[in-house]
Amino acid sequence: MSLLQFLIHNRAQIFQSTLEHMWLVGVTLLLACAIGIPLGILVSRRPPLSKPVLGLANIAETIPSLALLGFLLPVPWLGDRADRLAIAALTLYALLPIIKNTVEGIRSVDPSVRESALAMGMTDRQILFQVELPLSLSLLFAGIRVAAVLTVGIATIAAAVGAGGLGEFIFRGLAMVNNQLILAGAIPAALLALTADAVLGGIERRFRFTR
Amino acid sequence: MRWFDTYCHPLLASDMLPPRANAASPTDSTAKNEVAIEFRNVGFAIEKHQILSDVNLQVMAGETVVLLGRSGSGKSTAVKLINRLLVPSEGEVLVSGRSTSACDAIALRRGIGYVIQETGLFPHFTVEKNVALVPRLEKWPKERIRQRVDELLQLVGLTEPGLAKRYPHQLSGGQRQRVGVARALAADPPILLMDEPFGALDPLTRSEIQKEFQELQKRLSKTVVFVTHDVREAILLATRIGLFENGRVAGIYSPAEFLASPDPTISTYCASIRPEPAPGTDARGRTGEVK
Repeated sequence: MSLLQFLIHNRAQIFQSTLEHMWLVGVTLLLACAIGIPLGILVSRRPPLSKPVLGLANIAETIPSLALLGFLLPVPWLGDRADRLAIAALTLYALLPIIKNTVEGIRSVDPSVRESALAMGMTDRQILFQVELPLSLSLLFAGIRVAAVLTVGIATIAAAVGAGGLGEFIFRGLAMVNNQLILAGAIPAALLALTADAVLGGIERRFRFTR
Repeated sequence: MRWFDTYCHPLLASDMLPPRANAASPTDSTAKNEVAIEFRNVGFAIEKHQILSDVNLQVMAGETVVLLGRSGSGKSTAVKLINRLLVPSEGEVLVSGRSTSACDAIALRRGIGYVIQETGLFPHFTVEKNVALVPRLEKWPKERIRQRVDELLQLVGLTEPGLAKRYPHQLSGGQRQRVGVARALAADPPILLMDEPFGALDPLTRSEIQKEFQELQKRLSKTVVFVTHDVREAILLATRIGLFENGRVAGIYSPAEFLASPDPTISTYCASIRPEPAPGTDARGRTGEVK
């Protein structure tokens, strides 16, 4: 049976797993944005916080993903459900690029623009929402893009704790030494990553403002 | 009511009046004779690095005071003290008779136009939206904002159709600077601060826009504080020139006084411009009081 035939034959299951995978990645990205963007804004407002916050995010990034899942397993509420556990771990990974790019984006706003905004009598909140954030959107989406691609990859490992997703094919394939099974997980995952990259890259370009 | 604030404010009246008595004759009844901005023994330091010291300066309503000096002489810092982008470390800066540290920074800034060399236009706003910024913040009705924007673009000579819908990066340097001036004038503030506004323009555009600004100022009679290191520009636009040297005001002169001054530092400034047929002796040479 050729690979193509195999994929077509198992399309229902692959489709199901792809949906699970997208669900894991989607929820992770939403959570990471909900936590990361406000943290990034806070850090840009209070520069002394920059070191500890980015430092912690950096450390989370360096923990091997399987180990992180292991660490989180005994945490009461998190360990109750496999997908909850997986999403918590993935969110920790996705945070760094999002926080970093939020901070970078706000920092990249031309100082003369910020000075004018201030001199025109804009309040701090107005400057944030009408000037700094709109001008950081491009970098912000670049951060989300990196986080998305990263999460699609790492989410395959979530299958190790039974959270489902395309990783299941890969783990099963590895156990059975079946390349077709591995590819049935790997190819859709790669396509998913490429699609996320292209879509978010498009949004990123849309928000690029020339000075 | 500015006059009331200036002279009758209970906290300020007692120490305001004595210097006023000799500053201007009471018979002169024009509105021009109000002090719009005043520096009183102002010093400014960042982490023990003294940038300004002992600055005393009065800017009368409706006049154009040009702060002239080398880079790093503290003239831009002085301007930022007026709209409270910076707060003096010693002394005080009074705007319309009230100390800047006593008033609400946001309200103060909305009443002061600010134009800088880099323009500081918002890259994600169209020309129209940039100009409408302060009226929008002040929540003017839409229709009034639209009218005001049209009026301002006319005023600064940006009449090209479709220009209002463009973004700053689609404009030339001169056009951007004109938009900057229009934005600063939008809510009709009585005071205009200009920090080397034409410094980045090519010489032709520069002299063009200087002349336009001169015309504009004749019509609008704003109180203008204008920073430049260009002597020619200073002499062209100033009613008085405040010379800055190492964070101090070295002297305040009318353009005519400035050109005729025997002071060696001033002579070096004047020598930097080629001798031209009597540029300083025009009718605008209102003599300033030197404090």
